Amino acid sequence: MEDSTLVEIKNLTVWYRVYGGLLRVLDGVNLSVARGQKVGIVGETGCGKTTTVKAILRILPKNAVVPEGTIMFQGRNVLKMRGRELQELRGQGIAMVFQDPTAALNPVFTIGQQIMEVIKYARPGGKAKEWREMAVRALKEAALPDPERLMENYPFQLSGGMRQRVCIAMALATARTLLIADEPTTNLDVTIQDQVLRLVRRLVEEKGTSLILITHSLGVAREMTDLVYVMYAGTMVEVAQTDELFDNPLHPYTLGLLQSIPKLTGGGVTQGIAGRIPDYANPPPGCRFAPRCDQAMPICSERKPALFDAGGGHQVACWRFAAGGEAVA
Amino acid sequence: MRLGVKRLPDDGLLEVRDLKKYFPTKRKGVFVRAVDGVSFRLKRGEVLGLVGESGSGKSTTAYTILGVYEPTAGQILFKGQDISTGLARRPLALKKEIQIVFQDPGTSLNPSRTIGQILGVPLAVHRIGTRAERQQRIAELLRLVELPVDFMYKYPRAIGGGERQMVAIARALATNPSLVVLDEPTSALDVSVQAKIINMLMKLQRELHLTYLFISHDLSLMRNVATRVAVMYLGKICEEASTPELFANPLHPYTQMLLSSIPVVSKAEEATKPKRIRSTGEIPSPVDVPPGCGFHPRCPFRTEACSREEPAMREVEEGHFVRCHLLGAGVPGDGQIH
Ligand SMILES: Nc1ncnc2c1ncn2[C@@H]1O[C@H](COP(=O)(O)OP(=O)(O)OP(=O)(O)O)[C@@H](O)[C@H]1O
Ligand SMILES: Nc1ncnc2c1ncn2[C@@H]1O[C@H](COP(=O)(O)OP(=O)(O)OP(=O)(O)O)[C@@H](O)[C@H]1O
Ligand SMILES: [Mg+2]
Ligand SMILES: [Mg+2]
Repeated sequence: MEDSTLVEIKNLTVWYRVYGGLLRVLDGVNLSVARGQKVGIVGETGCGKTTTVKAILRILPKNAVVPEGTIMFQGRNVLKMRGRELQELRGQGIAMVFQDPTAALNPVFTIGQQIMEVIKYARPGGKAKEWREMAVRALKEAALPDPERLMENYPFQLSGGMRQRVCIAMALATARTLLIADEPTTNLDVTIQDQVLRLVRRLVEEKGTSLILITHSLGVAREMTDLVYVMYAGTMVEVAQTDELFDNPLHPYTLGLLQSIPKLTGGGVTQGIAGRIPDYANPPPGCRFAPRCDQAMPICSERKPALFDAGGGHQVACWRFAAGGEAVA
Repeated sequence: MRLGVKRLPDDGLLEVRDLKKYFPTKRKGVFVRAVDGVSFRLKRGEVLGLVGESGSGKSTTAYTILGVYEPTAGQILFKGQDISTGLARRPLALKKEIQIVFQDPGTSLNPSRTIGQILGVPLAVHRIGTRAERQQRIAELLRLVELPVDFMYKYPRAIGGGERQMVAIARALATNPSLVVLDEPTSALDVSVQAKIINMLMKLQRELHLTYLFISHDLSLMRNVATRVAVMYLGKICEEASTPELFANPLHPYTQMLLSSIPVVSKAEEATKPKRIRSTGEIPSPVDVPPGCGFHPRCPFRTEACSREEPAMREVEEGHFVRCHLLGAGVPGDGQIH
C-alpha cells in the first residue's frame, strides 16, 4: 500500500439476511481514498452507497454479513478491529455526517451538550472548560452566527440548513483523518445546499481531512470532489479523476445517467434508462447493468467485468473496454 | 365585487389575480402568509413553470386553484369564469377540467385498490360512460402512458415508483382535463426515472393539447419543459419571463442566486450561470415576513428602500416581469444590477 493511501477497500461483499433469503447487495466493491483527497460516490437509490460507508465505520445493521473483502484504514483492516481500536476509529479516525440532521441530533439536549459529548469521546482526558472552548470554536469555524447562544439552543430551534451545519461542525470539532458525508444536502433547498457544500469543502481543505461524499447528484460530485466513483447495483462501474469523468464518461450507465439530467443549457429531456435496478435476491449473473444496457454483448450476461484500465487512472467495469485494456482489479 | 373583470383573450385558459391564502396560527391575529398576492395567466397549450424553494407557497397556490382551499383574497378565472369559491361550490363539469398529479406516487394511490379500480374512480365520480365503456377507457388510459394493460389487476405496491407515477398521470387524464397541475411530479424519483416521466408528460401535453401548471424547485428541469417560468419567494412571484429570456437574462437577485447555486455537469452549463451572486442567509418563515421586499435580508444589492417599501411588479421588457427596487424608477442607487 502506498503511503498516501488512507482507505483501501478490496472486493468488499455485503449481504443482508432477510426473511426467505439473502440480498446480495455489495458485489466486490473496490475503492481507495488518498490522504487529503475528496472522493465522491455517485449512484441512484438503493445501489449500496450507504452500505459501503457503513461497512467502513463498522456500523452495518445486524442482519448484514460480510463474506469477503478487506477494508484497510491507515494500514489496518477495519473488519478485524475490536474494542479500543474501533473506539479510536470512530472517535479520532473517521467522522460521519448523515442525510437527515434532525435524526442525527438528540432533541432533548442542547447543541452545546451534544458537541461537547463528541469532543469528550474523542479526548477523554480533558477538562470541561476546554471541551466548551473547542465546541464554541467548532461552531465559529462553521460560520454559524452567535455560537455562544447557539450552544444553549435545542435542535428544534434551528432551520434544517443550520442543523446540518451544526452536524458538520460537530463532526469536525476534533481532528479527524476522514469525513464521510452521506447525502448531507439531499433534503435541503438548492441555495442552502450551496452554503452547506461550501462549508464542507472549506473545512476539509483547511484541516487536510479526506472526504468521502455520497450523493445522487453528478453535479454535486463534480463541484465537490477530485475523484468520482459511479456505483450501480452494488458495484463500482466507473472511476476517474473528476474532470476526466465529466469530459470523457465511458460506462453505458454513467452515460445514461448524464443524459438523464436536465441541463441548464436546455435541449429537452432524454428517455432516461429503461428498466429498473435488479432484485438483489436474484441478481443477474455477469454484469449487473447488462439487462438495462443498450450496448450489451453476449459475454455481459455471463461474466462479471473487472475494472478495466482506460488510461490515466480511468477505470471502467465494462466488457467493451476489455480488449487492449488491462484488468486492474 | 365582480365588476371590472376583463374578458380573457381567446387563448387564455386560467388567470389568477392577486391571489392570497393565509392560514391561521395558534397565536391570535398571526397568520401564515403562504400565498401573498400571486398573479399570472396561463394560455392554452402553455407550460408555466412555478419555481421556488420549500415553503414559498407553490403547493398552496395549486391547491387554491384546484379549489381545495378557498382563497383569502383575489380571483381565479378559468375560461373566463370566476372559480374563486371552494370546491364544494364548484360545478362538477368544471372539476373535470382541472386535475392534479402529486409529488409522492407512493402515498397518492390507494394501496388497497387495484390500478384498474384507481383509474375507475374519476370515471365513476364524473359518471363517464357505461360500466363496459369505463373498462375500455381504463385500458386506453394505461396504453396512453405506455403501461401494459394487465397492470389494471395489480396493486400499487407491486409496481415501481416510476410506474406508480405513470398511473397517477393516467388517473389525472381520465376525465379529459384541459389544465393539469403537476406538483413536483418527479422530485421523489431518481433522474433516470424522472427523464422517462418527463418525456411522457411532454408527449401527452403535445398530443392532447394540454396546458400545464408545472410546479418544481428544479430550475434546470424548467429550462427544458416550460414555455414561461415564474419564480416564487415567500408567497410572491418575484420574476416571470419566457423560458429563454429568464435563463439568458435573469434580473431578480433571488433568481440569480438560485441559478448560481445549481450544481451542473458541464462547462457549457456553467457558462450560463450568473456568477455574481452567492447564496447567503436563511429562507424566512411566511409567519414572520420581513418588511419591504421579502428577499432583502439575503440580498447583496439591498438599499435602504428595500427594507422599507415593498417593490411592485414591473414589466422591464416585453413579457419580462420583475419585482425589485433596483430595476424600477424612483429608488436611489444605480438601478442596475448588470
Ligand atoms: N438492513 C437491511 N436489510 C435488508 N436490506 C437492506 C438493509 N439495508 C439496506 N438494504 C438494501 O440494500 C440495498 C442498498 O441499500 P443502501 O442503503 O446501501 O443504498 P443507497 O445507495 O444508500 O440508497 P439511497 O440512495 O436510497 O440512500 C437496498 O436495496 C436496500 O433496500
Ligand atoms: N394547511 C396549512 N395550514 C397551515 N400552514 C400551511 C398549510 N399549508 C401550507 N402551510 C404553510 O404555508 C407555507 C407554504 O407552503 P407550501 O406547501 O405552499 O409551500 P411549497 O412551495 O409547496 O413548498 P415545498 O417545496 O416544500 O412543497 C409553508 O410555510 C407551510 O408550512
Ligand atoms: Mg443511502
Ligand atoms: Mg409543495
